[in-house]
Amino acid sequence: MSQISLPDHADFAEKLWHWTFIGICALVFLFLIAPILVIIPLSFNAEPYFTFNAKMVALDPEAYSVRWYQDFWSKTIWRESIWNSLFIAVGATILATALGTLAALGLSRPEMPFKPLIMGLLISPMIVPLIITAAGIFFFYASINEYLQLTGSYLGVILAHTVLGTPFVVITVTATLSGFDHSLTRAGAMCGADPTTVFFKVIMPLILPGVISGALFAFVTSFDEVVVVLFVASVEQQTIPRQMWAGMRESISPTILAVATILICISILLLATVEILRRRSERLRGLSAG
Amino acid sequence: MASETATPATADVLTTVDGRPLKAALAEAQRTRRIRAVLLVTPLLLFIFATFLFPIALMMFRSVDNPLIAQNLPKTIAVLEKSWNGKDVPGEEAFAALREDLMASRAAGQVGKVATRLNFETSGMRSAVTRTARKAKKMKAPYKDQILKVHDAWSKREVWATIKRLAPTITGANYLAAVDRKYDADDNIVSQPEERQIYVTLFMKTLWMSTIVTVSCLLLGFPIAYLLASLPLRHSNLLMILVLLPFWTSLLVRTTSWIVLLQTQGVLNDIMVWIGIIDDENRIQLIFNAQGTVIAMTQILLPFMVLPLYSVMKTISPSYLRAAQSLGAHRFLAYYRIYLPNTMAGIGAGCLLVFILAIGYYITPALVGGQDGQMISNVIAFHMQKSLNWGLGAALGGILLVGVCMLYWLYNKLVGVDNLKLG
Repeated sequence: MSQISLPDHADFAEKLWHWTFIGICALVFLFLIAPILVIIPLSFNAEPYFTFNAKMVALDPEAYSVRWYQDFWSKTIWRESIWNSLFIAVGATILATALGTLAALGLSRPEMPFKPLIMGLLISPMIVPLIITAAGIFFFYASINEYLQLTGSYLGVILAHTVLGTPFVVITVTATLSGFDHSLTRAGAMCGADPTTVFFKVIMPLILPGVISGALFAFVTSFDEVVVVLFVASVEQQTIPRQMWAGMRESISPTILAVATILICISILLLATVEILRRRSERLRGLSAG
Repeated sequence: MASETATPATADVLTTVDGRPLKAALAEAQRTRRIRAVLLVTPLLLFIFATFLFPIALMMFRSVDNPLIAQNLPKTIAVLEKSWNGKDVPGEEAFAALREDLMASRAAGQVGKVATRLNFETSGMRSAVTRTARKAKKMKAPYKDQILKVHDAWSKREVWATIKRLAPTITGANYLAAVDRKYDADDNIVSQPEERQIYVTLFMKTLWMSTIVTVSCLLLGFPIAYLLASLPLRHSNLLMILVLLPFWTSLLVRTTSWIVLLQTQGVLNDIMVWIGIIDDENRIQLIFNAQGTVIAMTQILLPFMVLPLYSVMKTISPSYLRAAQSLGAHRFLAYYRIYLPNTMAGIGAGCLLVFILAIGYYITPALVGGQDGQMISNVIAFHMQKSLNWGLGAALGGILLVGVCMLYWLYNKLVGVDNLKLG
């Protein structure tokens, strides 16, 4: 609005301040985005170095190649880790979304007792340092291994990732439900719908954008998680982040940049989905004109 | 139920159609709704209890749990408790008991653990215990001289005092070790020797680095949050993507990028050499140290500062500033006296969140921290995975957890978790 644009009568000091401010903001945005952007061209580097050489700057086609992508795809361990990551993330997402959505529905009811306390507990996996969560879950799994083998199993990793993903689902779905008009459910009931029908015909369409956003957050959380995997999983559950972690601790091979670029593309896709959903939801609920 | 105790309809009690007092009927209806709400939350609550809260409680118990010595050296402990004056090396009876205990625990395969545990207290005990256990079977009474011949560590009074001190199954020793203190041979709490005093310094460093990260996030986040809040929505939505994209990008990817950017043969050093700011020989070490950790963590946590600031700034009407200026305040004074106080809620929320997330950071310091950029989480991981001193790791974790919980409680009090923004 008018705050940021410069009035015609601005004097020199005001102009100077205005452009300094714009410059500072541009630098901060550069700081935020440069690390992500710099990876993409470097992953096409024909040489195994991590910096731009003269040829690359001159946009010489010979300086670019897809060899690191080929290298990535030719290695069984990377291909396997993709499937492992996907399997674990999808499993954790389904569980987290189901549990989180139910809880959010309960939490946003005005009758819910001890709401702040319960909300605080449910969000805590996001706050507690990962290393503590990971070590705790590891010792817990180890102590019940006689009855249920969870260390080094897919189920164990999925359950742990579900814990980490639920706060995001709870937050996004409660946010969608804030300002939810509860008379809509009563209206549905008065029109003769039973609670299940009301849920699927009235509540679900309204909260679906929040549920999907939450699910995507849970997916990303699991897809990017490495600490719990390091503690709980065995070699069999090798995931992409763990493989990257291992690669980065030794010496980075340019293949990691190729993987990173692929992951960036996935994040862009997910972010676009969430943004579209968010705007649709705001429009539906009449919160914004845009 | 309520209907059975209902009084007949009278003029002064409002009733429902079926004759129940309205109050009771309402209470019952509300109870049903409350139960329904609780039932919806129950599955997740149980799940979080079983796979998150209980495991953490279990690990915290590990920080005070001390069953090893009591289980493996029961006879020795009994003798020491009963007949040792605590001043000299104990007599034959204690050595005989020690021999029996070590034989038993060797048979149970526990000797290695006992040796490691005693070695934490007094270095050199590992070989003393394992060697004595190995030779115990062939010994004949009296045992004292033979055991002393195997390893002279047993002639130290402190070793026996340590065994006696480790006898209780609940101990505070791990917490003492976590704050660079220990028990001496006479059960007094004393400082660790100089070269082993590392944890207090490390906690301080973690707090200090988190503070720097938080302040940097605030300084960088404030201007762009202000810009985003003041621009028309279609422009700010575009710029918002620049904030949200890092938020959605893998932590490992962003850490990789920082290595690529900042390492001595990396992009930034190359650019500086090319421009001529530095010589090719004097490339600057920007990463694999504390500075690299702070830079990378600031970028990674910046969205957590911008989002709450933005949502608070969005609610501040520009007319406040115009009012202040038309009343004669200079532009900067108006910002300082009117705008800034209005953003305090956002500043508080952002700073607390960034600080809470920063003090528990593990991955980034582990990858780009080098020697001096390690934080408390990294040492906890070291004790959990490498040194296998689980008790100490759990105690360090316990202190960290208490700190985080206090900050989280404060956050909940001031901001409320339901106001947490994720874009």
